Formats: sequence, C-alpha cells, structure tokens
Amino acid sequence: MTAPLLRIENLSVEFGPRANPIRVVDDVSFEIEAGGSVGVVGESGSGKSMTSLSILRLVPEPPGRISGGRILFDGADLLALPRNQMPDIRGRDVAMIFQEPMSSLNPVMTIGDQIGEAILLHQDLNSAQRRKRVLELLRLVGIPDPAGRIDAYPHQFSGGMRQRVMIAMAVACNPRLLIADEPTTALDVTIQAQVLALLKDVRQRLGTAILLISHDLGIIADSCERVVVMYAGRVVEEGDVRSIFRNPAHPYTRALLKSIPRLDDERDRLYQIPGSVPLAGSVTQGCAFRARCPLRVETCAVDRPPLFAFGPSHKAACWVTAEAAQARSAAEASP
Amino acid sequence: MNAQASTRPAPVAEPLIRAEGLSKVFSSKTGLGFGGKRADVRAVDTVSLEVARGETLAVVGESGCGKSTLGRLMLRLIEPSAGKVLYDGEDLTQLSPRGMRAMRRHVQMIFQDPYGSLSPRRSVADIIAEPMGVFGIGSSARERREMVADLLTQVGLPPRYMDRYPRQFSGGQRQRIGIARAIALGPSFIVADEPVSALDVSVQAQVINLMQDLQQKRGLSYLFIAHDLAVVRHIADRVAVMYLGRIVEMGPKDAIYRTPHHPYTQALLSAAPEPDPDRPSRRIILQGDVPSPTNMPSGCAFSSRCPLAQDICRQERPPLRDELPGHQVACHFARPNPIPV
Repeated sequence: MTAPLLRIENLSVEFGPRANPIRVVDDVSFEIEAGGSVGVVGESGSGKSMTSLSILRLVPEPPGRISGGRILFDGADLLALPRNQMPDIRGRDVAMIFQEPMSSLNPVMTIGDQIGEAILLHQDLNSAQRRKRVLELLRLVGIPDPAGRIDAYPHQFSGGMRQRVMIAMAVACNPRLLIADEPTTALDVTIQAQVLALLKDVRQRLGTAILLISHDLGIIADSCERVVVMYAGRVVEEGDVRSIFRNPAHPYTRALLKSIPRLDDERDRLYQIPGSVPLAGSVTQGCAFRARCPLRVETCAVDRPPLFAFGPSHKAACWVTAEAAQARSAAEASP
Repeated sequence: MNAQASTRPAPVAEPLIRAEGLSKVFSSKTGLGFGGKRADVRAVDTVSLEVARGETLAVVGESGCGKSTLGRLMLRLIEPSAGKVLYDGEDLTQLSPRGMRAMRRHVQMIFQDPYGSLSPRRSVADIIAEPMGVFGIGSSARERREMVADLLTQVGLPPRYMDRYPRQFSGGQRQRIGIARAIALGPSFIVADEPVSALDVSVQAQVINLMQDLQQKRGLSYLFIAHDLAVVRHIADRVAVMYLGRIVEMGPKDAIYRTPHHPYTQALLSAAPEPDPDRPSRRIILQGDVPSPTNMPSGCAFSSRCPLAQDICRQERPPLRDELPGHQVACHFARPNPIPV
C-alpha cells in the first residue's frame, strides 16, 4: 500500500486567548490518495473551511492558530516547514480555489497576466511560452475564444467564467492537490453544473487529487469518492461515498440526509432535526450532536465517542450505533 | 390541491390575488457624462399569474430572472411600469398611499436574510408589536405583549425570549421571528423571498414545515420565491419557472416535476445535484451564460442556450400558452421532457 498524498493527523485549530481558547477544529484526521477525490461536508461552524485553510497554513493568525497535529504532504509535515517555504508549496504542489472568484482576482490585471503570474512563480518559461501556456489553460477550462479573452479584465467575465479562470490559475503548474472551498456556492445551478463537470474533467485529465469542501450533500454525492462529515469542529463520520449515502452510521448524517428536500420526493412533510447548530467551540465534553440526537444515552454527555469502524472503509463517532452494529455482527457470527 | 380551480379560462372561484401583465423596466445610463446611452432592463416582462386562497405558488429561477422583483411588485414595494395587481378584486397599483397602508394588513413579506430585515437595536417584542400598534390591534401595550407571546409560541419560540435582541438568536430562530412579524397582523397573502436559502441545511426543514403548518392553520396564500427546485417541491401547489423576466412554464407541481415541457425547466431540474451517488448522471449541461438583460436575444430569451433552438426561436417570441389544462408553456417546441437524455 502506498502512502497517501495528504494525511491530516489530529489537527486542531483554536481562536481567541490561549488561556481560554475556542477550538474550531478539534482532533481532525483524514487522508487523500494521489488522484483521489474527497468531499468534506458540514454546516456553518463545522470547521470544514478552517481545516482546508490549515493545509496551506492560511488560518488567520492572530486571532487563530493551529494548536496541534500534523499535515503530511507526500510524507513531509507542512506544519513543520519554515514559513518562508510555504509559497513554494502553494500553487506548485497544492492549489486552492474559493467561493467568490471576484475577490480572489486582481481587478486591474488582465486575466492573461494573472494566470501568467501563477506560472512565472513556479516555472521557467519566457513570455511567449507563458502566453501560449495561458491560452492552453483557458482552452482547458472551456473559456470560449481564448485568444480574444486573454487580455480582458475580471469584471468583463460572468461569475461562472471567473470561476473557470480561477481553476485555470489553480491548475497552471499541475498541482497534485486542488482544494476547492465551496467553489460553486455563489453560482446559479446551471452554471454550477458546468463548473462541477469541469473539476471532474481536470481530475481525469491531469490526475489532480481534489479536496472539495461543501455544505451541499448533492454536490458531494455527485463529485467525490470519499466523504468526511464534520460537525462542530469534529469528524463524525467518514467513508466511501456509497456507504455514507446508503448506510449512514452517525445519527447526524442520517438526520441530515432525511431532512434535505429532494426532487423525486413524494413526502408531504420533511423530517426535521430539532434545535440548531452549536456555536463553534461551545461543546467541550461528550458528543457534540447529543442535544439534537434522537438516540442519545447518558454516556453521550460524558464521553466523546471515538471513530468506530463500521466497515472496511467506513467509520463513525457514535456510541449508540456502534454498539448496535457490534451486537448485530455478533448475532450474525453465532449460529 | 386547488390547482384545477385556479386554471384558465374563467376560474370558478375568484383567486385571492392576481397579477395581470405586470412589468418592471429599470433604466440605467451607460457611459459617462451627457453622451451616455440609456439601457433599459425589463426585469419583469408582462407576467400574469394568480394565487388562490390557501394555495402556494412557487416562483423558481436563477439570479437575474426577475423573481424577487416580481415578489416586490406583487406587494407594491416597488412601482410597476405596467400592469395591475388585483387583491380580492381591488387594484393595488391604483391605491392611494393611505389605502396602500391599510392594505399592508392583508399582504406581507418574509425576507431571505432575517438578519438584515430585523432592526438590531430593538427587542423581539418591539419588532413584532410595532405594526400592531400602527393598526390599532390590541388595546394596550400589555395586551400586545400577550399577543406577541402567543405569536412566538405559534412559530416555535419560547415566549420568554421576547425581550431579547435579534443578535442573540441563531439564523433559524431569526427567520422564525421574521415569520412571526409577517403573520402578526393576520394577513392572507405572504410573499416569501428565498426564506430558507440563508439557513443551515439542518434548519431549513424546520422553517419549511413551520410555514406549511401556519398555512394550514390560517389559510394563508404564499408566493414562495426560490432558486432551488428541490426546496419548493414540498411546499408548492403550483410552480412558475422564470427566465430573464418572463414565465416560461407554469403548472401544477407534479406536472412540472414529472413532465416538464420547457427545455429550460428540464435543464434546471437535471442540473440540481441530488444526494444520491447511484443516481445515473443524466445531467443536461447548458452551454454558455445567462444573457445580459440589457442585451436580450431576439425571439425566445432562452434560444441562445437552448439545445433545441431552431431559426424560429431566434425570430419569434413564443407566447405562454396552455399545453394542458392549467399547464402553460412558452416554447415553440413544447412537449413532455423535450430534451432526450
């Protein structure tokens, strides 16, 4: 078995005073294989974005800080690297795209110059070669008439086209990992479909591993092989996409899947999860979902559940469902 | 439910509210100084629709399609450029300012962002009781506080929270406060503009279910504006799909979801990612962007992206006409599930 491309181990991120910190990412671990696609799904305050920002050490410091854990990229701990080496990693090995492409683009630079700059930082090409490469990239991400658009400015592009430009910039140096944080949340649904198809295409053609952060279970089901479900800063379930959507093991994942409206759904009434998402860092003891959980028992208030195995590549952090699964397999084992 | 009763021609029962040929043109100047050209945007273009008592009509479309402008026109929060809005037979667009104020008792709005629409400096009790005072509901402040307590209970919030401020509530709770304010005067018709799209996924179902409960208890009519077809599936009786200011398809919910007749409706339905990894990918991916409303394609507004477009589509604008009873489509090639997948 080969080592994963990226392995996050026991990552914690805290905000506020060290004496009384708010822990927004709490002991998070997962990994991505080379060329793989992993989706991190969660609601507000789940810590999904802070986890992804930690990989490139983009957590705003202060008030935030990475307070524990390791992030191994190709075996090397990114958190142990000297700070001045991070720019070499960003863009060349790991690239990132964000929700709002307009705020990530320079409004007074042509998109050709911006993509060219990304190339210039990591590759030794002269300006004619760079321009040729930019045209190739614009073609790759499906910008119509690349030669006519290369000297245009960001405001001359629509939201969907800007996100294509961001993707072109991100893949300019053939990174091995592309982190996409809510890449389609600001886009209309027909444009979202185009961008998701493009990300799949990039992964297939260039072999780029993709870490997709989203609140939308539909997007995750559509685009990812593995899924990490986060709640209140913690990983509550992790597995291959089929296990997560067919046999969810954590009560939160189950409730979330039941509560979302579906197009093919004939129910008159939606299942509703009581209460609201806890504030980041407000749960310090026991299971973070217990206040809203229909299955909670006394243990849940006291002991934080570890991730229990529910299958060869499926884990969930729930005392109750883990015990039930164990009892079931014990019953199946005895005649 | 009442879909049959509200179809054309000549509905048996008069609808509660009806828009006839409603249009809104926004003018803006492009370029600098006196030489600038005027660019007109037809945000809403001759839209006619009706909502029966106790019915929910969902208006669905992407950004810039004019759905929010339509919602505001229905309540005369903005003035229409043409057309009328008849509430119980009375034309809202002709009412005097005083007449319109009195009308506000009957027609109300729920906004997308409960944060932006609730004053941060006022307690929940003040926010909800203010319109009651204006309309002389409740004889004293004390009686109004009791009514606020009752309203909070109806929207699922503990009455003891009434002296708190909006910032002390979660997003879902704030939307409940917005709903309590909207129903405080006992309206019959509510425009809800993307009421759940700013909420966490796990909280959306609570608010949708609450709106349905209140509708049943109070016989409310909703115009429910959304960009998400999955969300409205649960609450709509009928659905209107908008594209660039026009309704391109309107009909009973089941007809829209099972046998969409307009290629845009079908693309919209197929583009929504479903939380099911085994669903075969039958996605229709439209090419290109939504055209700029200042530079509309001639003929059918959808023709520049439509996989079925022929010459006639670029020349002649298709009228919205009945394909089936109560099911209207604006397409030269309207037929069930037009794009083969």
